Amino acid sequence: MEAVMATRRKERLDRGIKVRTDGIYAVSSWREIAYLVLPRLLLIGGLLLMPLLLSQAPYWQRVVSIVCIYSLLAISFDFLAHFVGLVSLGGALYIGVGAYIAALLNTHFGLPSWVTVPLSTILGGGFCTLLLWPCLPLRGVYFAIVSLMFPLLAARIIEALDIFGGTDGILGVDGFSSKWMEMYVLIALVLLILFGLRRLVNEDLGLVFRGVKDNDQAVKASGIDVITIKALGVFIASAIGCLGGAMLSHLYMWAGLSQFALDFSIIPIAATVVGGGGTLAGPVIGCLILVPISELLRDFGTLRIAVYALILCGFIVFKSEGLMVYGSRKYQQFERWVQI
Amino acid sequence: MEILIYGIVNSVSLALMALGFTLVYGVSRLPNFAHGSLYVTTGFITWLLLQRLGVPYLIAMLISLVFIAAVGAAMYNFILVRIRGMSISEIIASYAIGLAILEGLRWGGLKGTTHTLPVFASGSVDILGVVVDSHRLLVILLGAILVGLLWVFVNRTRLGLALKGMAQDERAALTLGIDSDRMAVMSMALGAIMAGLAALVLLPLGNIVVEAGYHVLIMAVAVCIVGGLGSWTGAILAAFLIGFAQIFTVAWLGPHFQVVVALLAIILTLISRPSGLFGRQKELEERV
Repeated sequence: MEAVMATRRKERLDRGIKVRTDGIYAVSSWREIAYLVLPRLLLIGGLLLMPLLLSQAPYWQRVVSIVCIYSLLAISFDFLAHFVGLVSLGGALYIGVGAYIAALLNTHFGLPSWVTVPLSTILGGGFCTLLLWPCLPLRGVYFAIVSLMFPLLAARIIEALDIFGGTDGILGVDGFSSKWMEMYVLIALVLLILFGLRRLVNEDLGLVFRGVKDNDQAVKASGIDVITIKALGVFIASAIGCLGGAMLSHLYMWAGLSQFALDFSIIPIAATVVGGGGTLAGPVIGCLILVPISELLRDFGTLRIAVYALILCGFIVFKSEGLMVYGSRKYQQFERWVQI
Repeated sequence: MEILIYGIVNSVSLALMALGFTLVYGVSRLPNFAHGSLYVTTGFITWLLLQRLGVPYLIAMLISLVFIAAVGAAMYNFILVRIRGMSISEIIASYAIGLAILEGLRWGGLKGTTHTLPVFASGSVDILGVVVDSHRLLVILLGAILVGLLWVFVNRTRLGLALKGMAQDERAALTLGIDSDRMAVMSMALGAIMAGLAALVLLPLGNIVVEAGYHVLIMAVAVCIVGGLGSWTGAILAAFLIGFAQIFTVAWLGPHFQVVVALLAIILTLISRPSGLFGRQKELEERV
């Protein structure tokens, strides 16, 4: 077996249609348009149809909303990790900050949800960026460790000082007018942010972001302040996370300490690894797979955390490219064995 | 006086929790985020052997130490070796393994206050008007002995010196015929044993609970970062620093703030002095 493996290798070639649709001939035939548009339409259409298909099962409609919130968080993790180079293990911080700000604005100032959600997105993003600002010079592992600590710290401080309702949380937050509205607002937000970010990372700014990730000395040498760029990246990512948090607090009509919990830090990471990091669409697919599994396992209590920790571990060790990268490779290239 | 004695006990406990973590990181540059779960697993296995199967205490402790060393070595040999060098994947994978073990244990019935290990020595001692349990005093003694033994091991035995060589310069160690993967396996096994020993010494003071795993992980990370990752003296010094800071905050502010101290210590250290108290320049370059 080993001898056979050594004499041949797998060759990968782009399909002709992929090469043609990359260039100016992209719209020369319906087949090529379909080749380009179909995968995107599949995701958009699938997401939009999901609430309708599940209209007989109200419980699973709620799961659709949860999937969307986790997707927002996973997209923000993917963006920060693979395009800015900051691995933030503490996604729960963004959810918690967003949820608390939205809940406070709603219960104390009586603002309606269509005001609190955008407001807590901006305020929460700013707040998280300010919190993380001193840590921005840190690299890799060290930023990861510090960011892991922040949600724990936030929960402890709220508990210890007994502010914002202490361990009870903030009750009586307004819900959405209908479940259709909550689902479609969330789905629209996920799609908007997904395609918006995909556009952004290919603009000039995205190039600078990736420069910071790959070689920050070079970026510095070009006269661009690395910290400012990192802060901007953190602001975008944490604002997306806070948006998810704000939606969550209106969804559950409650904001509490459990929104700083481990689930919100670990599922998005698992989803990104499963779906394929650096693709932005991958995390959404990962969430579509993992969150329903987690819901199915809800009866088994904490076993679900163990299960998706194992899934995460299996993917990161054996299939670290993720489903999306694997899928697009199969879609765009063909493979064959060649003799060496 | 009370603060002094409990401060020392707390500091030695922290040092015990952190030694395994700093050993593994120092030798193989592997942040072992499953450290806390190894700690809890040792306690749980010992409890199982002792209370359910009626194995004598000492033998139960030995069996669980051997078991945990095997778990640590297997974790490296089968999983972590495949992602060696990709630091973020290492963190995520080891954290995931740790989570899986801890939450699996919780699901398997490790909750509530029914899981306790007997103390080594019952009764209490009166030191200058402060009443301290004998076991807490034993913790200080055992902690000192363990640190001493580890020092002798690292500086006086062949294997220990090989590990030290790996920590200082992996390539040079390779040219001298030290197998880096084997050494990393050894360091993981040793780190697991250190976590297990810490568990055996510290767990009789309380209940075996899953939360202890997270607590130990946070404390170990805090101590190592404040002391400078991979630095022994730094780790022990940092353990005393954080240990006393915690006892002071408990005395003045209340027990809620105990963990906050450790987290603040991490954040402040990383911001103001990223290499830690005893870190070297090399590590500074890695971090900032």
